[in-house]
This record gives sequence, structure tokens and C-alpha cells, in this order.
Amino acid sequence: MKTNKLKVTMTAAMASLLLLTTACSSGNSNAGSGNAGGKEEVTITFRSSGSEDTLAKYFKSGLIEKFETANPDIKINIAPVLASEGDYTSKIVLQMKSPDTAPDIVAEDTSIIKSDAAAGYLEPLDTQVAGWSDWKDKFIENLKEGVTGEDGKVYGVPATSDTRGIWYNKELLAQAGLPVPFKPANWEEVLQAARTIKDKLPGVTPLNMIVGKSSGEGVTMQTLEMLLYGTSDTLYNDQTKKWVVSSAGLLDSFKFINQVFNVDKTGPTMQVALNGQAGSIAFQQLFPQGKLAMAVDGSWAGSTWFENGAAPIANVAEKMGFAPFPTQTGQAPGAITMSGGWAWSIPAQSQNKEAAWKFLEFLMNQENATGRVVAEGNLSPRNDSVDVAGYTDRTFTAEAQALLEVAKFRPANDQYATVSAQLQSIVESIASGKLTPEDGVKQLKDNVARSLGEDKVEVK
Amino acid sequence: MKRKSRGAFLFLSPSVLLLLIFFIVPIILTICFAFTNMALTGSAARNLQFIGFQNFTNMFQDPDFRISVLRTLVFLIFSAVIGQVVLGFILALLMKEKNVTFRRIIGIIVIAGWVTPEIVVAFCMVAFFSDNGSLNQIIGWFGISPVSWLFSFPMVSVIIANIWHGTAFSMMVYQSALDEIPKDIEEAATIDGASNFKILSYITIPMVKGSIVTNMMLVTLQTLGVFTLIYTMTGGGPGTATQTLPVFMYNQAFVNYQFGYGTAISLVLLVIGIVASLFYMKSMKVKV
Repeated sequence: MKTNKLKVTMTAAMASLLLLTTACSSGNSNAGSGNAGGKEEVTITFRSSGSEDTLAKYFKSGLIEKFETANPDIKINIAPVLASEGDYTSKIVLQMKSPDTAPDIVAEDTSIIKSDAAAGYLEPLDTQVAGWSDWKDKFIENLKEGVTGEDGKVYGVPATSDTRGIWYNKELLAQAGLPVPFKPANWEEVLQAARTIKDKLPGVTPLNMIVGKSSGEGVTMQTLEMLLYGTSDTLYNDQTKKWVVSSAGLLDSFKFINQVFNVDKTGPTMQVALNGQAGSIAFQQLFPQGKLAMAVDGSWAGSTWFENGAAPIANVAEKMGFAPFPTQTGQAPGAITMSGGWAWSIPAQSQNKEAAWKFLEFLMNQENATGRVVAEGNLSPRNDSVDVAGYTDRTFTAEAQALLEVAKFRPANDQYATVSAQLQSIVESIASGKLTPEDGVKQLKDNVARSLGEDKVEVK
Repeated sequence: MKRKSRGAFLFLSPSVLLLLIFFIVPIILTICFAFTNMALTGSAARNLQFIGFQNFTNMFQDPDFRISVLRTLVFLIFSAVIGQVVLGFILALLMKEKNVTFRRIIGIIVIAGWVTPEIVVAFCMVAFFSDNGSLNQIIGWFGISPVSWLFSFPMVSVIIANIWHGTAFSMMVYQSALDEIPKDIEEAATIDGASNFKILSYITIPMVKGSIVTNMMLVTLQTLGVFTLIYTMTGGGPGTATQTLPVFMYNQAFVNYQFGYGTAISLVLLVIGIVASLFYMKSMKVKV
């Protein structure tokens, strides 16, 4: 009897030990990076839009082999993250927190780079860029501001740049009796054009704007800031270092959105507008089918219609156009655009920083950096890209590049993500008629003051 | 006796240890984090600080929070209490002592909703309610013009989706409870001249009261945690029209990157769950 009891007790003890050891051993796997067959393995992470992702395709088009042949001791591991824009940010932050999962190179939206730098997730690259001759002369100067942290250190290398404007279908505008090329002088002319299309062309959505909060930063940048920065107000006061949460310009911007979606009803249906894929629906379905006349969106969006794009349009330059978005009353400089883009950074927890930098330098040399933006339909952060054949002669590139002269950038502040999220929610509520423009301003004021503190906001 | 309890302790120790690691510690951590400024990114991510009741003060001043609590209660009452519990009971009652084939056919249809993963249910429901969806096509046959269901009636749409997804669970719980009732009691009541309604309210329901309370509790707790369904169907919108507490919590934690605030909201959700459970037990005078 006694031995039996002892046996049982021993078995139980062994079982629990076994359980514990299994539980602990699984934590040791190396998911992020490491050595593969004696080679240093560099993991590069970016946001992918799926199997047809142009960046992933670009990497696989021989670029990696070229680098690996030149650097036989380094292996490049491509690890795209399939996620929406908002989810991508949280996913990579969670990855960067631990040395086990941190990639060695990561694509960062310039809207989040200051936040991530302040959080200590990113490696300062000042020494590296100081020893890189291209950095000083070849990168467009004002784009460097976007990758500089609040502490003045460089946390990334700008990889793409962009502008925003009004994409339009020339044929539909001509049918409605509107001038082509379209060049509205002020907000009223944009609204008037939309109304005309609504009257003359039933079944055609006059004007698409990104307003669904599931589209994330696009709501703030492609829609709200394109309006706001065309007034005499801004979102952030650089002098007082405070957020301008209530101003005439902000109210007018909200009113413009309300006008389009609720008063004139010239926007897309709410089911399209609030869909997380609103941008893709507009550019891959509605525009090619001739069911959409105008859309405020980024300069990259037109590449959808190129021969290798997701929804090719024959003779695209004759059918489609890209117009500058006007300032509110046509005040100087007449047009406005927001510019942002993506950068490459090295996480602080990366295990192979030297090899990562080596690849980054290769990735961002004149040929490769230009190759990528050509493939993606973006603008290049390098001023010598114009010398590369095939860059400026792309359709729409000249128009988009010209807009860089009037480009404004998002506030250089690590609290931007918080304010932007508030704006996304408010813009959606206004567009869907759940909130008046006046209440929108009030709500923004209250919400930002509550999350950042009363001392961080100002009313104009 | 002493040796016996030591043996029992040894047997229990693995489960106690596992409970401690995977359950107690995370709960304690959650409670601690709710009192910090924990953030996913930004300078707060580096300087974790205890900020006392700041998150809770902010929360109760936040109109979005109050709206979310209201939306959660509406969702709970209509999709769990009225929808799943009542509908599940009616279905079980209708199927009681019916032909086996009939029971099986109905059972399979209802259970299909339950075995389908939440995310798949959400996509099916989006296909059902969307502009060119099945519902609009069906009403189109009767000459009714299409309605933007997810935009015009977002709450009704998610409630219907959750009822479809969850009713089978309640139905099965009640089916087994109803099968347990001895036939002769109801037969005796019938012979005594009791009407069907009287049998139901004086005999059937009191006899399955325990199952009703347990089921209500389970369904309530499950519904309080519904996230995928709502997030996929409407993203909490339009505006804040379907923003229940879990969606609000997700937005604060993963869209605004305020983890501390998010965990504080999760504690409130936990409290609501506890209060609801206690309320059911008290009102039905059942000891669990």
C-alpha cells in the first residue's frame, strides 16, 4: 500500500516536471533572425498587400540574388506582414519589442517613426549616414525631417515619397461638360464639378474621398489634412508646440466633408466609403468601369492602371488625369498637397545591425531605390532618380513630382498617431452624418485634451 | 490524515501551477497595467509609470466610453438575453418529443451557425447584408428597393448575426434539460386539466431553471466578449454606431496604442460580466 502511494506520488511529480520543461523549452525558438549555415541572416519586414504585392515582387526580381552574390556571408530573408495599415504598425511594434522576434530591417511609415523612436524601438543611424556619401547630397533634404526623431537623431532612410491630388476620369468630365484638363481654382469649384457630374451623369459616383476609419491614416492624410492645410490653419503649432484642435480652417474642412457626403450627396455610398478597401474599390473597380469621376488620393494610386498594375486601363494617359488639389479660396500657392512616405529603419533589438545596414545601403543606392519607386508608382526620395531612365517619363509622375513644391508634411511629433486616430473617428462620424462639423470640432478638442493633457492643446 | 492531504496537494500541484502561470498572473498583471500609462509606442512606451486612477477618470469622462457601455448593453439584451436564450428555448420546446428525423434536420440547420467560426459567420453576414447581398436580392423580388443594411441598421445587423451564430448553444442546453423532465409529471398535470401554458410556466420552466441560469450566464459572458463578428462586419461603425466595449477597448489599445487605458476598459468589462452573473443567480435564486 505504502509503495503504491509512493509510486503514484512520484509519477505525479514526474508528470508535472515534464509539463514544466515542455512549457519552458518552447520559448527558446529564434523567430526573428540569426545565423543560417554560418551566414548572417538579415530579416526584412514590410507591409504586404498580398500575393500581388509590388514590393515583394521587386525584391524577388533578382535584387536579393545580386546582393547575396556580392556578399556571400549574408543571407536575406524576406518577411512581409500581411495586414491593414493600422494593424501593421501594432504588429511590427510587438515584433520589435523582443530580440527573439525583431526583424533587422523594418519599413516604417513616416507618421509613426517619431513615436517608435521615442519608444526606443529603433536604432539611431547617425554614424552610419555620416559615413555614407549619398546621404548628404543625394537625398531630398526636407524628407530627412520625416525620419528624424524628436531628439534630433536620424532613425531611418526615406524610401518612398508621395504627393496627393485629384485623380479624375477625363472622358466622364468631358461628358458632363467640365473643362479637361481639370484644374479647380478653389474648394467651391471642386464641389461644383461634383454637383455637375451628379446632375449630368446618373449612376456615376462624382467624388471619392477616404473617410472610413478602417482605412486608417489615409483618412487623416488623404482627406482631412489635404483640406486643412489648404486653409490658413494647421494641425500643430510649431511655435507653441501645441495641437490646434479648434480653428476656422478645421471647421471648414469638416464642413467640406459634410457637404460632399450629406448635403450634396456626391460621395460614394457609405457601404463603399466605410469599407477598409475603399481605396482599392475606387481604383480597381469604379474608375476602370467608368463609374467614378474624381477621387482625392495619393500619387501612387494611378499605378493601379498601368500595364502590370492590378486593374490595367488601355491608353491610361488619355483617359485619366491627376489634378492638384486647390487651396480653400485659391489663396497662394493655389494648390496644396501632403507628402509623407515610408522609410527603412533598423530596430534597436536587431541582432545583425551591421549586415542590415550593408543591405540598406545597397537597397537605397541610386539604381535600386529608383527601381523600387518605378515598380510601385511612387516618388523617389533621391534627387538623382531623375537621371535614371524610366523614372520621370512614367505617366503622371511629372504632375506628382511638380506638386512636391507645394508639399506640406505632417506634424513632427510623437503624439501624432493619437491625434490622427481621433481625427479618423471624427471624420467617419461626420461623413456618415452621425456628427455635425461643429460637434466634430468640440469632440476633437475634448478627446485630444483628455488623452494628451489640457496643456498640449490650443484653440484658435 | 496528514499524509493523505500531502498526497492530495502533490496531485493538485500541477494544475495549481498551471492556473497560477496562465490565469492568476495575467489577471494580476492586467489589474496592475490598468493603473499605468503603458503605451505601445511613443515616449510613454519607454517610461512606464503608475498614474493611479487617471485611466478610470479619463474613461468615465469619455463620452465614447459611455456610448460603448450603452451599445454593449443593447447588444447583450437583444442578441443574448432575448435572442439566443428565448429563441433557443422556443426551438428546444418545439423540437421536444418530435420525430427524430425532424429534430435532426432542424438541429443541423441551427447548429451550422454555431460550428461556423466567428470570422466566417462575419463574412457570411457581410455577404448577406451588403448592397448587392442576398437580403437585398430577396426583397428585390417583392419590388422593394435595396437598403444599405450595414449602414442604415448596423446594430440590428450585428444582433441578427450574433443570434444566428449563438442560438444553437442555448437550444442544445435546453434540449438536454427538457429531456430530463420525467414524462409522468407533465402527463399527470394534463390529466388534472392544466393547459399547455400552465404546464410550461408551473412545471417545465421551474424544472429547468438551473439550466436557464447557467445558460444565460454563459451566453452573456460569451456575448460580452464578441469582437471579431462586430469588427469584421462594421468595424464598430458607422461612426460609433456598433462600438461595443470590446471594439472600443481594441481601438484604444491597438489603434490609439494606449495599452494602459485598454486594460482599464477590460477591467470594466470584467466587472460588467461579474455583475450580470450575480444578477442572474440572485434573481433566479439559484446557487451555483
